[in-house]
Amino acid sequence: MEDLITSILTITIRAGTSLLYATLGEIYTERSGVLNLGVEGTMMVGAATAFAVAYHSDNIWLGLLAALLVGGLMALIHAFLTISLRADQVVSGLAITLFGTGLASFMGQRLGPGGTTMVGLQGPAFQRIPLPVLGDLPVVGPSVFTQDVLTYFLYLLVPVLWFYLYKTRFGLHLRAVGENPQAADVMGVNVTTTRYAYTIFGGVLMGMAGAHLSLGYLKGWADNITGGRGWIAIALVIFAMWDPIRAVIGAVLFGGINALQFRMQAAGTTIPASFLNMTPYFFTILVLVMITWWEVVRKRVGAPAALGIPYVREEKR
Amino acid sequence: MGIESPPSPAVQMRGITKRFPGVLANDHVDLEVYPGEVMALLGENGAGKSTLMNVLSGLYRPDEGEILIHGWPVHLHSPRDAIAHGIGMVHQHFMLVETLTVAENVILGLDTVGWVPRMEEVHRQIEALSEQYGLRVDPTAYIWQLSVGEQQRVEILKLLYRGADILILDEPTAVLTPQESADLSRTLRRMADEGKAVIFITHKLDEVMAFADRVTVLRAGKVVATLRTAETNKVELARLMVGREVLFRLEKRTCQPGEVALEVKDLQALNDKGLPALRGVSFQICAGEILGIAGVAGNGQRELAEVITGLRRATGGSVRVYGRDITNRSPREIIEAGISHIPGDRVGVGLVPNLPISDNLAMKAYRHPPLARGPLLDRSAMRDFARRLVEAFRIATPSPQTPARLLSGGNQQRVVLAREITASKGILVAVYPTRGLDVGATEAVRKALLEERDKGAAILLISEDLDELMQLSDRIAVLYEGQVMGVVVPEETTPEAIGLMMAGQRAEE
Ligand SMILES: Nc1ncnc2c1ncn2[C@@H]1O[C@H](COP(=O)(O)OP(=O)(O)O)[C@@H](O)[C@H]1O
Ligand SMILES: [Mg+2]
Repeated sequence: MEDLITSILTITIRAGTSLLYATLGEIYTERSGVLNLGVEGTMMVGAATAFAVAYHSDNIWLGLLAALLVGGLMALIHAFLTISLRADQVVSGLAITLFGTGLASFMGQRLGPGGTTMVGLQGPAFQRIPLPVLGDLPVVGPSVFTQDVLTYFLYLLVPVLWFYLYKTRFGLHLRAVGENPQAADVMGVNVTTTRYAYTIFGGVLMGMAGAHLSLGYLKGWADNITGGRGWIAIALVIFAMWDPIRAVIGAVLFGGINALQFRMQAAGTTIPASFLNMTPYFFTILVLVMITWWEVVRKRVGAPAALGIPYVREEKR
Repeated sequence: MGIESPPSPAVQMRGITKRFPGVLANDHVDLEVYPGEVMALLGENGAGKSTLMNVLSGLYRPDEGEILIHGWPVHLHSPRDAIAHGIGMVHQHFMLVETLTVAENVILGLDTVGWVPRMEEVHRQIEALSEQYGLRVDPTAYIWQLSVGEQQRVEILKLLYRGADILILDEPTAVLTPQESADLSRTLRRMADEGKAVIFITHKLDEVMAFADRVTVLRAGKVVATLRTAETNKVELARLMVGREVLFRLEKRTCQPGEVALEVKDLQALNDKGLPALRGVSFQICAGEILGIAGVAGNGQRELAEVITGLRRATGGSVRVYGRDITNRSPREIIEAGISHIPGDRVGVGLVPNLPISDNLAMKAYRHPPLARGPLLDRSAMRDFARRLVEAFRIATPSPQTPARLLSGGNQQRVVLAREITASKGILVAVYPTRGLDVGATEAVRKALLEERDKGAAILLISEDLDELMQLSDRIAVLYEGQVMGVVVPEETTPEAIGLMMAGQRAEE
């Protein structure tokens, strides 16, 4: 029984890590008033880049760095289109995802040794290392405190992002820009710079999410490696009410269902595998409906009020 | 020292010109404001007052002209630059972030507060300022929890916290009760006494006379006069502002109430936040009568109009039209029952801005002949219909095919009026029908309402303009926090008495 809990916990966290990075990235992006539907594509390119660079340079950190850069770059394209050119955010985001999916699949086919496929290659990967002392605890030791570096970094990142958002001056500016850009502008906050900065930062986290898939979770490249995680991240942002701490709950929930589903398939249930594969996504929809129904109606929390709306100073409203 | 010299102006604007596509909003405007004075900027809607002050506060860039602050030429490229020069503005539409607290709004954009602002200290500082200027507000409250009056105090605190010594307020009294306005005038005076330069924008003559030391009158983007208030009077100011003699009274015939057309009984409803907005509202309106609803915005007026017109569910009570219960019926059934609606949000609810005027005019009549031919629309009948209404209601438009969004506010309202009055079968719910309209358009709308009344319509008139309510209404009901504080007859009461009721005091029986 203890083993079962440990293993479920382990898979939950491993499956949840990349999802949480992506969700946090989208939360920060949306907080500035920019909706980035390019998560799926950005993660995918991030995963492909991370693996390709790590494989050829045999340096995992170089792979990670490349994924972060590429993630930031893709977000920069979105930022330029939507903030400077005021393109429709939905259209631009979808375009980025379509572009990213295609690009990543192309990279997967060509970036193996001698221009062959990357599928099935073994490359450097982040290994799970038990933490000193904490790693010796029962149950949580071998699960929560035996993870890879990217997951550990996430343990630090979540409280930092929360603190930054709610307690610092810059977090205040970020929230204000997403809620009422004009109010922020007249108080001397530069709306354009703020939106650019957090859209790119969000993209970097999405790149990180991709890197964890190919360098940590799956330890290799596979076609459609993200498997819709980018879309689930967007849903989790709503579940999380744009709050980094609540995003953890969402990621754990999703990761947990994933883990359970794995266990059931391993145990050989009679339920068809396709149905089990569907459960995480189905559950996401269910949770979304319930949460949205309850909280947005009752409380004064919801999407940043200016989400999706471009800002131009002298435009008549 | 010792030698008498006039103080140098805090603000000098010279030859300011600002153009928008198709509009010359400011035309070589000169303006001077001195430290220690309250200066009024007077003008009709659209005269260019807000534009001029947006230029001064760095939000708009002027096309021509220069600005001197305390004698030094400055270039204001953004609100940040203006703040750095001690200029602060309370905008007509408040610039507050609803989901943040008062204190968070106050320190927003300041870089002197450190990376991690110490909120307790900020709270203390805000309380001290509140005390000093008589601007009571809880620094830990969220903006969405505050009344409009409190929100305005937050806006002023924002400026004081930054140490602004040139303060601009854009139509600050539009949202206040008469008592709150009096408090505000004391606050403005206190700030001026400390040597700050205070500019306040208004189109109300009483306020100019009551609040200001000097007044600059703008008309169609140009300065027409700058006067000391001690040396002028309301009639002169009105003439300067409008450019012709103005009648202060409208023709109003004595009313002949017929039978009860609209009866509202113990009506209850929730607002968008799910909190009670109407708590047992009752009244009757007879045919041929105008019942005015007074109250500070946000006390249930919007919800009242929405419940009656079927756009919001009543959680209790009833609405009856000539005795027939129509509570919580669909808007369509309510239209058929005879209620027409002039919504407060002209562009968002009253019109489809991208559709041509002819379609907007047909929006209610299209279901029946002559505009409908079976399931099809008769386009040529629609064109005739539109032409007739455009003429009858004097809608100034290049053609009936022009999209509604391209019309000025006054003409947009004429389109709504034309459609609603034509479709009306005896009951009209008019919400803020003259809000944002200039004097000419306002007169036309008011005349139209009085004409309808004389033809026997029962009219519910919701307005934030007390003068308008006093002029048009046969009776006035005052709403406060979703309850009727009392019903009065305009000829037998004073604005002050209504003001007290607007602030929550019940009328003595
Ligand atoms: N941002 C803008 N874009 C286009 N036109 C504008 C804008 N702001 C104001 N205007 C136009 O400029 C004129 C002056 O407006 P405004 O300064 O708001 O007048 P006031 O404050 O005196 O009522 C109006 O015709 C208005 O429609
Ligand atoms: Mg104005």
